Amino acid sequence: MTKILNVAPQDTALPKVRVDMVPLLLVPVLALLMLPLVGSFPTWVTLTVAGLAMGMMVFMMASGLTLIFGLMDVLNFGHGAFVSVGAFTATMVLLPMRSWVEADSVWMNLSVVGMAILLAMVVTGLLGWAFERIIIRPVYGLHLKQILITMGGMIVAEQLIHVIWGAEQIPLPLPTTFRGAFIIGDAALEKYRLIAVVVGLIVFVSMFLVLNRTKVGLLIRAGVENGEMVEALGYRIRTLFVGVFMAGSALAGLGGVMWGLYKETLTATIGAEITVLVFIVIIIGGLGSVGGCFIGAMLVALAANYAGFLAPKVALVSDILLMVTVLLWRPQGLYPVAKR
Amino acid sequence: MIIKTLLSGDLPRSRILSAMLLAVLIGLILAPFVFPGARSLNVAATICVFVVLVASYDLLLGYTGVVSFAHTMFYGIGAYGVGLALNGMGPSWWAVFVGTSGALALSLVLALVIGLFSLRVKAIFYAMITLAVASAFAVLASQLSDFTGGEDGRTFRVPEMLQPGFRLLDTEILGRAIDGKLITYYLVFFSALALFLFMLRIVNSPFGRVLQAIRENDFRAEALGYRTVIYRTLANCLGALIATLAGVLMALWLRYVGPKTMLSFEVMTDILLIVVIGGMGTVYGAVIGSALFILAQNYLQVMMGKASVAMSGIPFLANLFHPDRWLLWLGVLFVLSVYFFPTGIVGRLRARALTRERP
Amino acid sequence: MSEPLLKLKGVHTHIGQYHILQGVDLDVPRTGITVLLGRNGAGKTTTLRTILGLWHASKGIVRYDGKDITQSPTPDIASAGIAYVPESMGIFSDLTVRENLFLAARSVKSVGEMDEKRLEWIFGFFGALKKFWNQPAGTLSGGQKQMVAIARAIVEPRKLLLIDEPTKGLAPAIIQGMIAAFSELKETQPILLVEQNFSFVSALGDTVAVMDGGRIVHSGSMAELAEDTDLQHQLLGLSLDAHQ
Ligand SMILES: Nc1ncnc2c1ncn2[C@@H]1O[C@H](COP(=O)(O)OP(=O)(O)O)[C@@H](O)[C@H]1O
Ligand SMILES: [Mg+2]
Repeated sequence: MTKILNVAPQDTALPKVRVDMVPLLLVPVLALLMLPLVGSFPTWVTLTVAGLAMGMMVFMMASGLTLIFGLMDVLNFGHGAFVSVGAFTATMVLLPMRSWVEADSVWMNLSVVGMAILLAMVVTGLLGWAFERIIIRPVYGLHLKQILITMGGMIVAEQLIHVIWGAEQIPLPLPTTFRGAFIIGDAALEKYRLIAVVVGLIVFVSMFLVLNRTKVGLLIRAGVENGEMVEALGYRIRTLFVGVFMAGSALAGLGGVMWGLYKETLTATIGAEITVLVFIVIIIGGLGSVGGCFIGAMLVALAANYAGFLAPKVALVSDILLMVTVLLWRPQGLYPVAKR
Repeated sequence: MIIKTLLSGDLPRSRILSAMLLAVLIGLILAPFVFPGARSLNVAATICVFVVLVASYDLLLGYTGVVSFAHTMFYGIGAYGVGLALNGMGPSWWAVFVGTSGALALSLVLALVIGLFSLRVKAIFYAMITLAVASAFAVLASQLSDFTGGEDGRTFRVPEMLQPGFRLLDTEILGRAIDGKLITYYLVFFSALALFLFMLRIVNSPFGRVLQAIRENDFRAEALGYRTVIYRTLANCLGALIATLAGVLMALWLRYVGPKTMLSFEVMTDILLIVVIGGMGTVYGAVIGSALFILAQNYLQVMMGKASVAMSGIPFLANLFHPDRWLLWLGVLFVLSVYFFPTGIVGRLRARALTRERP
Repeated sequence: MSEPLLKLKGVHTHIGQYHILQGVDLDVPRTGITVLLGRNGAGKTTTLRTILGLWHASKGIVRYDGKDITQSPTPDIASAGIAYVPESMGIFSDLTVRENLFLAARSVKSVGEMDEKRLEWIFGFFGALKKFWNQPAGTLSGGQKQMVAIARAIVEPRKLLLIDEPTKGLAPAIIQGMIAAFSELKETQPILLVEQNFSFVSALGDTVAVMDGGRIVHSGSMAELAEDTDLQHQLLGLSLDAHQ
């Protein structure tokens, strides 16, 4: 065995702290580069806000998935089912309480949507708990079976949505005061998109705080890097994982409600359709990295919006192109997660 | 012993399995004469194509442990290749040839690129990448409507010999006119049979054994000196090429290509369901699985419809048994079989035969 | 003589289909440093992992403090007072030094509550940690990471330390510091120390066991082995010389 002698006295100066800034710059750089191409400033503002809004919603759906993968090496191909279930659960509040939705009062609108979100998150959270127990637990560490079985779970969930809520599309109108746009200068900013940005930021900041300031959060980050060591320190990583799985599912449910209101009609495949985008986002971000996932979501959504305006045909494949570009640059994604 | 050579020494190894395989084979050979009617012939042809498609997928999933979601893409490339060529160049064998070889070339390139790009990493990564690429491809096919016919797809005329109006003989045989449809059917059937036997040969060759070694333990296979990436990529390319050919056959049979029948994610889930229920890593599983699945798809739904009508008083149950919900039951069956019968029907039957032999 | 703190009896461990440990008998007394020697691939790391439940023994018993822990899950074993410094160090490179230690301090709820006096005691051994207290641990040098890993194991009092090749790849200056640290640490709790570097442990160890091919092939006092160069050569062979 050859030994690498690390000739370093106890307290050599450290290499400068390598907080990897480059990916952080990608979002503003992309936005600014597009400004001259788009040409008109108001249009650019509108497109950017639309992109950010979409990115935030995708982030809600993707962040849980990337953590679930990071922590237990489990990739849930059925994650989209939670998106669908969340959106459909919301109809159980929004449709019966139609008068609150249609009322011309911000408070009534906000509280009815708040209730819908709460119910959706509780239901998807509990469903996540059951899904982890029944579907995932028997196949820990078996990737092939995981992919197959979560895929099967997704098929079943989609069909059950049809059984419970019927096979028809369900219209899901936006609450009255959420419609329309603010006009600032010549730029039209749709209100709902701004709401989505705010909700997304709240989710991101809370996640950031939990992961950086609490013991549970630190344990999750530690577990993503080295779950065995977390166990050797005396913590049950399974318990941690169930919690993360539930939270991730609930976040997908939240994303589902937001996305459903954005599209204003629900089909059972709403989750499956977004799954591909969600996967692309977490691959771009680096599997297991929440920060990467956030940047990835913004990049993908902004690129889709700019491309949709500049070259609609390109928009069809803009996410794939983006993914390929990022992977050529960093094969493990923007923020590769150090593993074991 | 011809049989043994044909089957590359990989015999069914179970009496029930042999009987089932034989039943499928005979049923498919005689289909045009025994089961008259356009619908049943269509069922038979679909089974033939799916046997090839699913077995080629099994080459990846069952023999190398790689989960790909791009298999329908290759299938679609084959179908579109031949369809668009016939559509553009007119109904000639030359067009079929050009379309097929173009499609094969495209599939090969794509499979190589995707493979070299992502097979080095974990299975999970490959699954996600293929899913993304395949869905982008499906979107492209349905949006570039000038070229592909968009959502509606394209119908086209096949070479004269394959057209329904064509008569090979003036007389009927066993009450069946020997027309273009029949010729197409046998073209599909024999091509499928040949491709199937070819795949059986592959998996029982030294190459196939290396693939299995990789599936069992890629770390060890690498240690034994096999370049796992190269073998995986080769298997990937082979699977892709055969899927492309399956697409060609399907297009010739349907005289139509469209995103829903060729590229949609439903086709992909069908393939997955069939492989798992039939039996991963057995090739024969593709035959049993496809036959049962396609038959069920075509006939079970009718029965479920009756059950649903019978239960129309009870709203929830009626919904559960609605014919459109048959995927629900298949999904449940799928999940259960991944848990309890990971080797599928064929694996079960073989295990049974083994315990019978050595009690 | 009292019952040893940790006792392995006829322990067999399989990793997948490979039969790695083939009947390990090992006693770790309640005081001092027990050194586990053996060439590469002898099964030392596997022994530690089996004790900690990261692999489970397929046969035999692991008894710790009077209880059978053979099939206990890792977190329970750790909670019963065994701390582990893995060969790979198991640093959480994304987290700061402080957060690494905070997670190891199980009884503490927030970073601020960590026992200052104990931290100062640890900084006494490993001054570098104080200096890089708020740096991400991944940015540290190899020796500094090793310090974090050991500090994690002693940030709260534990009953037994398992340490896997702490000197691997480290500079002689750092190894000297470590000898000082270990000779003080062994006063507070017993240590099971895996090493290949005989000169490092010959001064430190109290008892010694030598592994080969998944079995303990010798055990006794370190003083005896340190004197008997013939036995050293017979047990440890030339491979050890190459390491010094
Ligand atoms: N994950 C594993 N899979 C298969 N074999 C392993 C694994 N880990 C270790 N081994 C084998 O077990 C034996 C003992 O390894 P180890 O306990 O690490 O030895 P040591 O720590 O004494 O160098 C070696 O032959 C090694 O190749
Ligand atoms: Mg070792």
